[in-house]
Amino acid sequence: MTAQLLAVGHTSGGEAAAFWVLAPIAFIAAIGMVFTRRAVHAALMLAVDMLALAVLYAAQDAPFLAFVQIFVYTGAVMMLFLFVLMLVGVDASDSLVETLRGQRIAALIVSFGFAGLLIAGIGNALVQVPDKGLTQANADGNVTGLAHIVFTRYVYAFEITSALLITAGLGAMVLTHRERLTPRVTQRELMQQRVRAGEQVTPLPSPGVYARHNAVDVPALQPDGSPAPESLPRLIAGPPPPGRRVATPAALTTRESPDGDDI
Amino acid sequence: MSPSYYLYLSAVLFSIGALGVLIRRNSIVVFMCIELMLNAVNLSLVTFSRINGNLDGQVIAFFVMIVAAAEVVVGLAIIVTIFRTRRSASVDDPNLLKF
Repeated sequence: MTAQLLAVGHTSGGEAAAFWVLAPIAFIAAIGMVFTRRAVHAALMLAVDMLALAVLYAAQDAPFLAFVQIFVYTGAVMMLFLFVLMLVGVDASDSLVETLRGQRIAALIVSFGFAGLLIAGIGNALVQVPDKGLTQANADGNVTGLAHIVFTRYVYAFEITSALLITAGLGAMVLTHRERLTPRVTQRELMQQRVRAGEQVTPLPSPGVYARHNAVDVPALQPDGSPAPESLPRLIAGPPPPGRRVATPAALTTRESPDGDDI
Repeated sequence: MSPSYYLYLSAVLFSIGALGVLIRRNSIVVFMCIELMLNAVNLSLVTFSRINGNLDGQVIAFFVMIVAAAEVVVGLAIIVTIFRTRRSASVDDPNLLKF
């Protein structure tokens, strides 16, 4: 696989084909990411973009970075993004209200101007790009060459990144940690709360018990022969008559969450 | 094929990411646009590495990826914390520090 990817980098025609296929895909995906309204679609567009860039890395004699890009970005980072999107709510689409008037037009102008400046600068500065290629640097393999540099010249930077990653992990844990503000409700307290609420504690009677039919829409009969409407399912029985307190399963199971609602 | 095409693509992707940061209101999408900008810069670093014929550019792109991973972790934790207290992921809502 790696050898094939490297071979793509050496043959100019294959590289050009890969570029001209992937560059429009990356461009369209980036535009789509900016202009779709739903955040999940934006995340998928970003994943397409990252995959396209990974293949472009592979085409430029950087197979290690290509695989790291797929592992780290499309694997870990996009997973984290989607996870947070699910946590925050997938329907959290943007509001179309402009808070600053004319900001969108101004942003479009600024970014077009910025792109123009960058492209003009690159076009001026790099007319005859030397393109030395990485065949010599990758002579022992790309990973070996990278390891030689990382563990000699950049070893301090490499060590510092470990401290950075540990700090980031701890920071994420501290930021998302939440103190328990109320004491934990034990099972005994829950039971007392349920009994003191004065609602029906025992299970509700099944429909049709002792009645003429045992169909689901026939209320059970109580010992004195009167029908028990609370034995019917809520959807069949309709709303309970006013004044009569019917213990529904929802009333029995809802209780105060110990520490607010979960997110 | 001239490597400057990669630089053009990188410049365009970077500008699109900047545009997204400027016009989007959802903080998670803003964050994705920042990731796109980081990726675009990585592409240009890989291209510079190939232009110069040594691997330093690839090493720097590698470090950029590490820092971006740490940044994503902390940034998403901040977004989740803000969402918990304010019930919103919009960048317009946290305005307590506004003068």
